[in-house]
Parts: sequence; C-alpha cells; structure tokens
Amino acid sequence: MREMLKLFIAVVVFSCLSGGVLAAIQNATKERIEYQQLKFVKGPTIKDIMEGCSNDPLIDRLRIVDEAKEMHLFVGEFEGKRNTVAFETFGKGYGGVMGVIVGVNLDNDEIIGVGVTTHSETPGVGSKAKTDPDFTAQFKGLSLFDPFKVKADGGQIDALSGATISSRGVCGAVVEAGEIYKRLKPTIIEKMKEKQG
Amino acid sequence: MAKTAVQEFTKGLWAEIPPFRLVLGLCPVLAVTKTVENGIGMGVATTFVLICSNILISLLRNVIPKKVRIACFIVVIATFVTVVELVMQAFAYPLFLKLGIFIPLIVVNCIVLGRAEAFAAKNGVVASFADGLGMGVGFTLSLTALAIVREVLGNGTFYDIPVFGPSFEPFSFMVQAPGAFVCLGLMLCIMNMLGKK
Repeated sequence: MREMLKLFIAVVVFSCLSGGVLAAIQNATKERIEYQQLKFVKGPTIKDIMEGCSNDPLIDRLRIVDEAKEMHLFVGEFEGKRNTVAFETFGKGYGGVMGVIVGVNLDNDEIIGVGVTTHSETPGVGSKAKTDPDFTAQFKGLSLFDPFKVKADGGQIDALSGATISSRGVCGAVVEAGEIYKRLKPTIIEKMKEKQG
Repeated sequence: MAKTAVQEFTKGLWAEIPPFRLVLGLCPVLAVTKTVENGIGMGVATTFVLICSNILISLLRNVIPKKVRIACFIVVIATFVTVVELVMQAFAYPLFLKLGIFIPLIVVNCIVLGRAEAFAAKNGVVASFADGLGMGVGFTLSLTALAIVREVLGNGTFYDIPVFGPSFEPFSFMVQAPGAFVCLGLMLCIMNMLGKK
C-alpha cells in the first residue's frame, strides 16, 4: 500500500510539473503564434484583397464581439483614409467548412475583394474557389447587402464548372458576411474613430 | 563506465547511427524526407527533444520509481515535444505547417524513448547529453542524406533550388511512399557493405 502511494505521488508530481511548464510556455508564445497564423494562413488572402493599402492590415486590426464571438477585423488604409475592413466568415462547401475573407468599403458598402483561406474542397475542382481569381472577382464592386446566389439558384454568380456546391459555399459565406456587417457597422465606425482620435 | 563522453557522441554518428544501424524511428524517416528542408527541420526538432529528455531523465534517474519509469519518461518526452511544437509555431510557422502531425509524433519515436530507457536511465548527465547529441546528429544526418537523394531525384531540386536544367523530368516515384522504402533499403545495403570491411 505504501509503495502504491509512492508511485502514485511520483506520477502526479511529474504530470503537474510538466503541466505548469507547458502552461507558462503557451502563455509566452500565444501572441506570436496568433500573429504567425494570421500571417501565413489568412495573410496572403488579406494582402490580395487589400492590394495597394498603405498600412499593415495584420497589425492594424479591431476586435469586436459579435453574438458572444470575438471577430478580428483587418483595417486597410487607402490614400490616407482608413475606410476598408476585411474579416473572415465561414460557408459550407463540398468537403467541409470553407473560410472566406470579405473586404468591404465602409463609405459605400461595396465589396473590394473576396478570398478563400482554408478549405477542404476537391483538388482541381472545388479548390479553384481559392486559386481561380476570376471566380472571386465576380463579387468585386457589388454591394455587400446584395443576396448572393449562384446562377443555378437564380442568382448573379457564375459557379465554377463542376463545383456548384463549393461556389454555393462561398456565396453563403459572403451572405453571412453581409449580415455580420449589417450588425457591426455602427460599432466598426465608432471604433475606427476612437483609434484615430 | 569506461567510455568517454566523446565516444558516446561519436557512436551515434556511425556505429549506432539510429535509422540505419538500429533501424529505429522509421516512421518520420520515411514520411518527412520528401524535401531537404523538412528532413533537417525534423532532425533538429528530434535532436532537441533527445538531448533535453536524456539530460532530465539522467538527472532524475534516482528519483523516478522503477515501476512507473516508462510513464514518467513519456511525460518528460511529451513535455519537450509540446515545447518544440509551440516554439516552432511561434518562430517557424511554414515549417510547422509542412511537418504537421509528425511533430507531436516525436513523442512515440522509438529512438527518444529507447535512449531514455536504455541509456539515460543508467548513466550520468554528461554521458547522457553526449549520447543524446550524437544520436540526434546521427538521426539528422540520416534524414538529410535520404532527403537529398529523394528531393534531387524526385523533384529535381535541392533545398527548393533547381539543380538540373528545365529539361529534367522528375523521377516522381522517389518522393512517393514506395520510393522512400526503396531508397532506405538501398542506403541500408550500402551501409552494410561498407561496414563489412
């Protein structure tokens, strides 16, 4: 019985020590990891959308709580005006969840760009949603409040050939982005003013 | 303990070089050696874990009760692997994305646990450090050697730099799984032929 106790204590002490060490390291690296993930996963897409901006949208970002979920909004500065934001929403594709970043101009609610970040669509078919710039370019210049649908569903977006479900997924994500934008717009403008002032 | 620390170090480089002589830890050897960059990254990560776990286990070898030693070893190793994972995410995110699942899998790499059980649990700190370093360097060299053959033949590049002209037709069999086995087998064969003399 005494021996059992000794073994038990040894393992417990070991596990506790290692847990403590790991918690400390996780805390220390958390910020950096978050930034790295932004830079390498969402970064390229955001850079594409915000092409020509004069700041770093990855650093210049707002955190706004939307329905108990924290959203990161990336701010882009064009010609000295901080008038665009980009944020990520999710749609349901053929292979699972697709992450879509939508950039929008705050002055006229026009979409400045759409890009897919993470997806598990079929390579070469649905994956074109990410790699084919012609597909996502269709959203450019439209109002974010429009109802987006693929042409097969009576909408305005040309679906990728053979990948209607993936195309629908992107449309769904953009529609959701519109809803979020509708809810958050007053908060966004307020926060932008705070930061500038 | 007749052997010096230097001997403990050098045995890992040739006489007991892990994947070829001990034929241990083959899972990462086969899986990550598609490119030289991945091979070296994996080798360095494993070396770090090996050295740290060898030192710590050697220091604690009189504290750890014999009956639960394996559990304690695994806790120590898993802690260091998680440290590597976090640090790699924070400072070398693209490499982390490529190595992916194989980083956490270092925990079950036979070499790491094998050296802890067979060497560090019975020897002093200096000898254990030298053993860990030698084994780690040997492991890294083996991965690099295998990766060079596979990347140069299979992809026509070395560390992502093209080595052959544009007319080179990549021998893509080499970067697929069967190529890894064939390549490893041939290397083992050469090692044995050299060792016989």
